[in-house]
Amino acid sequence: MSEDFVDLRKVGIERDPSKRSASFMMVDESPEVGFSRGVEILSTREAIERYEWLEDYSWRLVEGEGDYDGYFIRVPRNVKVEFPVEACLLLKMAKSQKVHNIVIAEENSELNLITGCTSERLSGLHLGMSEFYIKRNAKVTFTMIHNWKRGNEVLPKTGIRVEENGVFISNYILLSPVKVVKACPVAYLERNSRAFFGSIIVGFEDSEIDIGNVVYLNGEGSSAEIVSRSISRGGKVFSRGHIIGNAENVKGHLECKGMIIGNGVIHAIPELEARNPNVDLSHEAAIGKIAEDEIFYLMTRGLSRDEATSLIIRGFMDIEVKGLPEVLKREIDRAIELVEKALV
Amino acid sequence: MKDVLRIVNLCVGVDGRIILKNVNLYIQKGQTFALFGPNGSGKSTLLMTIAGSSKYRIYDGRIMFKGVDITEKATDERVRMGLGIMYQHPPKITGVKLREILKHCAKLGGTEDKIYEYVKMLNMENLLDRDVNVGFSGGEAKKSELLQLLLMNPEFLMLDEPDSGVDLESIAVIGEVINDLLDGKSGIIITHTGQILKFVDVDYGVVMYKGRIACIGDPREILKTVEKYGYEECARRCLRTL
Repeated sequence: MSEDFVDLRKVGIERDPSKRSASFMMVDESPEVGFSRGVEILSTREAIERYEWLEDYSWRLVEGEGDYDGYFIRVPRNVKVEFPVEACLLLKMAKSQKVHNIVIAEENSELNLITGCTSERLSGLHLGMSEFYIKRNAKVTFTMIHNWKRGNEVLPKTGIRVEENGVFISNYILLSPVKVVKACPVAYLERNSRAFFGSIIVGFEDSEIDIGNVVYLNGEGSSAEIVSRSISRGGKVFSRGHIIGNAENVKGHLECKGMIIGNGVIHAIPELEARNPNVDLSHEAAIGKIAEDEIFYLMTRGLSRDEATSLIIRGFMDIEVKGLPEVLKREIDRAIELVEKALV
Repeated sequence: MKDVLRIVNLCVGVDGRIILKNVNLYIQKGQTFALFGPNGSGKSTLLMTIAGSSKYRIYDGRIMFKGVDITEKATDERVRMGLGIMYQHPPKITGVKLREILKHCAKLGGTEDKIYEYVKMLNMENLLDRDVNVGFSGGEAKKSELLQLLLMNPEFLMLDEPDSGVDLESIAVIGEVINDLLDGKSGIIITHTGQILKFVDVDYGVVMYKGRIACIGDPREILKTVEKYGYEECARRCLRTL
């Protein structure tokens, strides 16, 4: 395989056993497990062949059918995987790539998963369908970094079930110009479970990006937070969020912030839906340009106009994620640096 | 030239409205001026114009700093030449940590080795990883401004109401830091109440009234007159004697 045309490190892929617990690579529609320890990682087709019980997990959280390949990751009960697991989805020669992923974190386990998606082709379709099962007391931190080319169309579907006391933390970063990205992961939260969705999206010229999260707070005491930072530099960005409070004492907060640099469109659509009187749901949304008084302030501290602008954009994208492992924080910081360089 | 700052016939407006009218002010090296005046008289506009804010338009006049005409220079260039400004109400910048700004200030002032010492001196450890000015109390915002100036180590200081919105005890601390900052340097201090003058020695007092400099004199005498008669009467008396 030659992945020399694209820099996989940009999307968090190291392929280094000293930094990762497992490494998976899918070029077009051919999967390959690089290495793994402490965690089970197979191609989805292989896993479905091997485990009959997987029928109960396949196509249960996202609508669909068919025999697509992708990654199957399973963390055994009580196992906390120390280093992140990485999975790379690369569009290389094929016009389209269809992927079916299944992630199972068994009871009381812990997993950090980094997914990097990128393309060598100037155009092409990426369709990723992912199902996440977070069992009781388990915790999954999922970081997805996208680096596409101008003509790529990206239409993923994701479903997440978080069982009692489980935790799901997701961070999505879109680095590059792209034709279309439409994604709206749906999470179903059970009793006392918790989910966080953070996204950092940059809409360059001719890009249309429609990103959102839907969270069903189905279990008593469950809570969710959706935080998005959208920047438009000529592109069209829809930033959605929808929290449905179905049970007693659930808590949900939505925060959509947008910044327009030059021209562009940002459309924030925060939705709150209460189906129980004892819920605590809130949202805040704000869109604007970089404030001139903030730039001026930093210039009075000796920063040039460009340095000041860059620092403010950097700050705008800096989402504080509770419970994010240091190694993932570094990956995200690195990705943000790349965005910042592209913008200023 | 002994004057570190020369403001010559400065006329400044914002949104087509003239705010500063024919302002002339010469400040020599080592001198500090207190700037008095009622709200809206143009005090902050003067400091912001010296700092190079693009919000204000200069219709006439020029600003000379250390013998160089800086009227057209960008703010960061002025700051690198040695101007330093303390805001009355610094903007809140989400996501930009105080620690980050301090690094830039220290780099500018060549004081990288002093960061910890100053932070400790002002008891600011707990604010380092906070977004700058977001949720800072009045006193914390003032100390943060002074900390940045200490690290920038400017030759000419412009302090906009360092004594506003802080309790007496904090004013004493702030006064002490300002004395350190002004040691051998020059500057302008805007004060509404004159509280800070109990702790900081200034050489001259200037009264601004309706965009003009109404008088220059002994700062304590001016303060007494203002306290006794108010700004309008003070300006009237001053203008009569001009």
